[in-house]
Amino acid sequence: MSINATLIGQMITFALLVWFTMKYVWPPLMQTLEERKKKIADGLASAEKGKHEMELAEKRATALLREAKDQAADIVNLAQKRASEVVEESKQSAKDEGERIVAAAKAEIERELQQAKEGLRQQVAVLAISAAEQILQKEVDQKKHREIIDNLGKQLGQA
Amino acid sequence: MATEEHGSGGATGYIVHHLTPLSTGEGFWTFHLDTLFFSVFLGGLFVIIFRKAAEKATSGVPGPLQNFVEMIVEFVDAQVKDSFHGRSALIAPLALSIFVWVFLMNSMDLIPVDLLPDIGKAIGLDYLRVVPSTDLNATFAMSISVFFLILFYSFKVKGPIGFGKEMILTPFHSVWMIPFNLILKLVEELAKPVSLGLRLFGNMYAGELIFILIALLPWYVQPLLSFPWAVFHILIITLQAFIFMVLTIVYLSLAHEDH
Repeated sequence: MSINATLIGQMITFALLVWFTMKYVWPPLMQTLEERKKKIADGLASAEKGKHEMELAEKRATALLREAKDQAADIVNLAQKRASEVVEESKQSAKDEGERIVAAAKAEIERELQQAKEGLRQQVAVLAISAAEQILQKEVDQKKHREIIDNLGKQLGQA
Repeated sequence: MATEEHGSGGATGYIVHHLTPLSTGEGFWTFHLDTLFFSVFLGGLFVIIFRKAAEKATSGVPGPLQNFVEMIVEFVDAQVKDSFHGRSALIAPLALSIFVWVFLMNSMDLIPVDLLPDIGKAIGLDYLRVVPSTDLNATFAMSISVFFLILFYSFKVKGPIGFGKEMILTPFHSVWMIPFNLILKLVEELAKPVSLGLRLFGNMYAGELIFILIALLPWYVQPLLSFPWAVFHILIITLQAFIFMVLTIVYLSLAHEDH
C-alpha cells in the first residue's frame, strides 16, 4: 500500500490519456454535436417557415376562392340580366316585326281594295253606259259623253 | 504488508494474496506491474473506442457506437457546463478522461475475484491485483495531477500576487489573521488531492475486500451475497467515477475564479 514509482507511471499514463482525449476525441465529437444541433435547429426553423408559408398560401387560396366565387356570381348575374334583356329585345323586335307585317298587309289590302274599287268603278261605268245605251237604244258617242261618263265614274267611286 | 502471511494459507493469506500487487523494483522505485498494465490497457481501450467513434462521427443519424459515446460526452459536457463557466479546452476532455478511465478501472471490480489471479498463476504470475483503483498510486496519480492543474490555473488566472493574496487574506481579511489564513488555506488546498485520491481508493479497496470476503464463504452462500453486492457496486463504480469527475471540475472552476 506504499506510494512508489507506480505513481509516476500512472501520472504519465493519465497525462497521455488526457492529452489524447483533448486532441483527438473531444473536438471532433463536440463539432459533430454542434453540427447536429445546428442541423436540427435549421430543420425546425424551416419547418416553422414552411408551416407559416402554408398558412399564408391557405389564406391566399381562400381569398382567391372567395373572389372567384364573387366573380362567378357577378358573371351569372350579368348573364341573367343580359339574357332577360335579349329576351326582352327579341320580344320587342318580334312585336315590331309583327306590327310591320300587319301594317304591310293592311297596306296591301288597302291597295288591293283600291284596285278592286277602281276596277269595279270602271266596270260599273261601262255597265252603266251600256245600260244607258240599251235604255236609249242609241249609241252614245263615247267621245261626246266622255265628261258625263267620267262624272258618273267619279260619283260611283265616291259611293 | 504482511506478505509473510501468504503461503501459510488460510483466510488471511487468501485476502492478503489478493490485495498484494505484482511488483518489481526496490524501495521507491517499485513498480506495480498489474496496476500499470490494467490502467494502461483500460485507458487504451477508452481512447481507441472513443477515437473510433470520433473519427466516424457524423452529424446525421449516429450509429450505435457513436450514440453511446455521444451520450457519455454530452453527460460530461453538461456537468462541465453546470459548474465551470469559463472557457477552457482542457477541462471538458479532462473530465471525460477521468470519468471513463475511473469507471473502467473500477469496473474491473465486477470480474470474479479469483478469475484473473488464477489465470495469472497459470502463466506464472505470483500476484495479480486486477482493480487499478485499489492502488493508492493510481488514485493519487490522478488527484495529484489535478492538484498540479489547480495550482497551474490558480497562478495563470489570478497571477502570483492574486494567488498569494488569496492564500493569506481569505477567509479573514485582516493583516493579523495572515498566519491563521495561511494555515487554513494550505490545509484546504492540500485536502483537495488527498480527499480525492483517498475517497476513490477507500471505496474501491473496501468494495474489493468485501468481494474477497464473500469469496471465502461456502459456495452456496456466495451468490446470495455477491450478487446484491455486485449490483450495489455497479452504483458505487459509477458514482465514484462521477464524484471524481465533478470534484475535479469544481476544483478547477474554483481555481479559475478571480475574486
